[in-house]
Amino acid sequence: MTTTAPATAAAACEAAALEGGFALYVHWPFCLHRCPYCDFNSHVRPRLPQEDFRRALLAELDRAGAETAGRTLDAVYFGGGTPSLMEPATVAAVLARTARWWRLPAEAEITLEANPTSAEAARFRDFRAAGVGRLSLGVQALDEAGLRLLGRRHTAAEALAALERAAAIFPRWSCDLITARPGQTEAGWRRELLRVAPLLGDHLSVYELTIEPGTPFHRLHREGRLVLPDEERRLRLAAVTAEVLGGLGFAPYEVSNWARPGGASRHNLVYWRSGDWVGLGPGAHGRLTLGGRRIATVRIRRPEAWLRAVAVRGSGEESREALTPREILLEGLLMGLRLAEGVSLARLERLAGLPVAAVVDTAALEGLVAAGDLVREGERLRATARGRARLDAVLAALLR
Amino acid sequence: MTDLARIRNFAIVAHIDHGKSTLADRLIERCGALDPREMTSQVLDSMDIERERGITIKAQTVRLVYEARDGETYVLNLVDTPGHVDFSYEVSRSLRACEGAILLVDATQGVEAQTLANAYQAIDADLEILPVLNKIDLPAADPERVRRQIEDIIGLDAEDALLISAKTGEGVDALLEAIVRRLPPPRGEAEAPLRALVVDSWYDPYVGVVTLVRVKDGTLRRGQRIRFMGTGAVYTVDRVGVFTPKPREVTDLGPGEIGFLTAGIKEIAHARVGDTVTDDRRPAPEPLPGFQPSHPVVFCGIFPVDTKDYDQLRESLAKLRLNDASFVYEPETSAALGLGFRCGFLGLLHLEIVQERLEREFGLDLVITAPSVVYRVHLTDGTVRELHNPADYPDPTRIVKIEEPYIRATILVPERYLGAVLELCEQRRGEQVELTWVGSRAMVVYLLPLNEVVYDFYDRLKSVSRGYASFDYQMEGYRESDLVKLRILVNGEPVESLSMIVHRRMAEQRGRAMCEKLKELIPRQLFEVRIQAAIGSRIVASERVRALRKDVTAKCYGGDVTRKRKLLERQKEGKKRMRQVGKVEIPQEAFLAALKVG
Repeated sequence: MTTTAPATAAAACEAAALEGGFALYVHWPFCLHRCPYCDFNSHVRPRLPQEDFRRALLAELDRAGAETAGRTLDAVYFGGGTPSLMEPATVAAVLARTARWWRLPAEAEITLEANPTSAEAARFRDFRAAGVGRLSLGVQALDEAGLRLLGRRHTAAEALAALERAAAIFPRWSCDLITARPGQTEAGWRRELLRVAPLLGDHLSVYELTIEPGTPFHRLHREGRLVLPDEERRLRLAAVTAEVLGGLGFAPYEVSNWARPGGASRHNLVYWRSGDWVGLGPGAHGRLTLGGRRIATVRIRRPEAWLRAVAVRGSGEESREALTPREILLEGLLMGLRLAEGVSLARLERLAGLPVAAVVDTAALEGLVAAGDLVREGERLRATARGRARLDAVLAALLR
Repeated sequence: MTDLARIRNFAIVAHIDHGKSTLADRLIERCGALDPREMTSQVLDSMDIERERGITIKAQTVRLVYEARDGETYVLNLVDTPGHVDFSYEVSRSLRACEGAILLVDATQGVEAQTLANAYQAIDADLEILPVLNKIDLPAADPERVRRQIEDIIGLDAEDALLISAKTGEGVDALLEAIVRRLPPPRGEAEAPLRALVVDSWYDPYVGVVTLVRVKDGTLRRGQRIRFMGTGAVYTVDRVGVFTPKPREVTDLGPGEIGFLTAGIKEIAHARVGDTVTDDRRPAPEPLPGFQPSHPVVFCGIFPVDTKDYDQLRESLAKLRLNDASFVYEPETSAALGLGFRCGFLGLLHLEIVQERLEREFGLDLVITAPSVVYRVHLTDGTVRELHNPADYPDPTRIVKIEEPYIRATILVPERYLGAVLELCEQRRGEQVELTWVGSRAMVVYLLPLNEVVYDFYDRLKSVSRGYASFDYQMEGYRESDLVKLRILVNGEPVESLSMIVHRRMAEQRGRAMCEKLKELIPRQLFEVRIQAAIGSRIVASERVRALRKDVTAKCYGGDVTRKRKLLERQKEGKKRMRQVGKVEIPQEAFLAALKVG
């Protein structure tokens, strides 16, 4: 094989991407109802077009598979919306079709998001049979007032029952909790964590409540009818989280994610490590490194429009843009510094083909290291716990 | 050339909103100077800003032809004057072109502060004054009371004051007759060498400088070689004309007439207001008594929000200056705001008008710093330095004393608000000179430091008197004062553009107010930010912005990367507009809000 200089750079770039992993994300954009805080691409429809979706997802998969054929999948993730509303047969069909293009090793992580209502829990076994090895349950809160505030349709007891059932069926399971809710106290939060503690798997996501534009919470917040805890309270709640979860053997491997040893989400690590991922389904984003270029793909958001586009041209892709080297560095840093392990600057530079110094203010970097927000370890840069707690501000200071 | 006996030159002087422009419109209409379809309301206020704000900035003139009851035809030259205190200088020079003045008073409001100031100016200029009471069509009109006020306060005989309604036209015919019968005609020698007073001049992009003159002696003709006696500049007149109010060319202008000339003059400095125009070949031995040019009394910095606009700002200021000689500017550099200009104005309204014109006519986005006045600093080496930028404050050990400008403020206020007004004046270091009663209203005269007036005095006065107080002022010269430089420090670093010169007694209060304001405006940083106000090394006020310790930790997965990156890129753009003070990043908006007028 003859190699020219550009081809070498392209190969280095692709290799750098794949060191971050390769994953498949499948978006299911339907929910039974919309939660007032959520700004995800989710829609409520009286009847779900199960058949059409299965066909369309497979068509998109074939299109994406053709350009990345031969790669090995580290993970597959069914997210939403509420993917536990999918027919297990669809999950099975998607997983089966991956074999046409990629290798899907037995140890690959296959996750499905689910709501902990009893109706959905009844189908857990079917999803397991379809090939799902890891369940991510949207528990969100473990007290009734919190669940009501968040507009959730399940009770705390249902959530615990669903976790118990997941533990019996799946090798791995995770759950999501929302903290820093209006009026939340440290004692109350501690009770919630302790209540769920016996049923935790190897992974837990803890998000602070954010107010997203266009949501009912946004309006309430603007009108002053929904008051978020101040920084002091959020710090104290975070201290409770760290104390309880630390005691249970969990470590904060990412800004909002906790895992027991070996329990980190392999799928999500692909994002944070700037690997490649294929995004299928309405509104899904993807990153593909092909021929030395890193491409950002976005699919059409509205389910009906996406279905039509796939029917007409075999893909619901709305845009496909090559990222500039600067953009690649920015994404690499903003994602990588979320991880406790930090980010390999050398790998980022191979991925972008540009020195990190092009986007990093060197003097600011020194300052942040001196202040204890960042640490340099050889060619790796990582944010300390203190730096990760205020990462938005650290990034704003670091980048020029 | 018009027979002197058939000319009347007059101005209308009035408090703002007493109906001056409406009366001018009515006179123009009665004399048929414009077709009805050309009559837009307030014809003389030619600039957009003047029409919108209902105020007159530049003097305007109009030549009216009036057929009187005696069967003779008269030329009436109406010289319009600005009504606002900032432009009292322009009033005085307009009055120099006249022999008479209509003192217009709103019959529902009565005598107000500007009525007084303008009436005194007319009296000082030796004009014959015709008191006229306007708005008599309104039910609230009380002509008897207002007549007594004119006699009691101003000391004019108001027995024969005319009653009119400029709005309905009632009494306007009688007023025109009174102008002809009661105002004196001009005097002058047609055969004497030319002497014409430059009343105003402005730059017109098509014909160059247009000069408004009042001919005293001799004749001004097209083709004549003229000389400006003050500057010595010589030009050949290429156009002579009058405003009707549209410009109309005439062959010549004789004694007593008011009109304009153009002579291909490129520089407005060659046609200085107050100068005398004479015939270059047959010059007059003596110029007319001129008048002092106006001095800017209020200064502020003007900076472009976007540094890219600096060149455009410089060009726009130069263009404005062509038409407004009372406005001055010089380059200034600010650590916080970048490159800009230090600008001087006749007053706050003048400042606002210039700002508005820059923003509207030239499309500029501007940062205007808090206005300050001109201080006189006496130094140990015996020299006196004029200080209009706190940044230039000399080393205190070299200062013998500092003087600041004072004004004599006249305020008319209904009795129930008097207490609040007196309290305001005392707070602002005022010194009471006079307190008299005008019916149920008090007239108070205070000596006030101008510095205390430019700092939101108008707004406070309006608010404490519910808008009922009227206010006017004259400059009253300089007085020694205990003034200090108040510096603002951010994490120990002085922020020069936020420093100010204040009276020692006010320093702590101002410092605290500024620190509190900045605390609200400076976003939290990764470290604590200390904001202090200091006189020399003594801290008089301080605030802290606590360090940011925790962001909201949210999810960030594959679908969030693009949005997060774009957010960061926008932040970086915003960062370019941040000003660095030591390690602290302060958004320009914070400076803007801290430095803004009011």
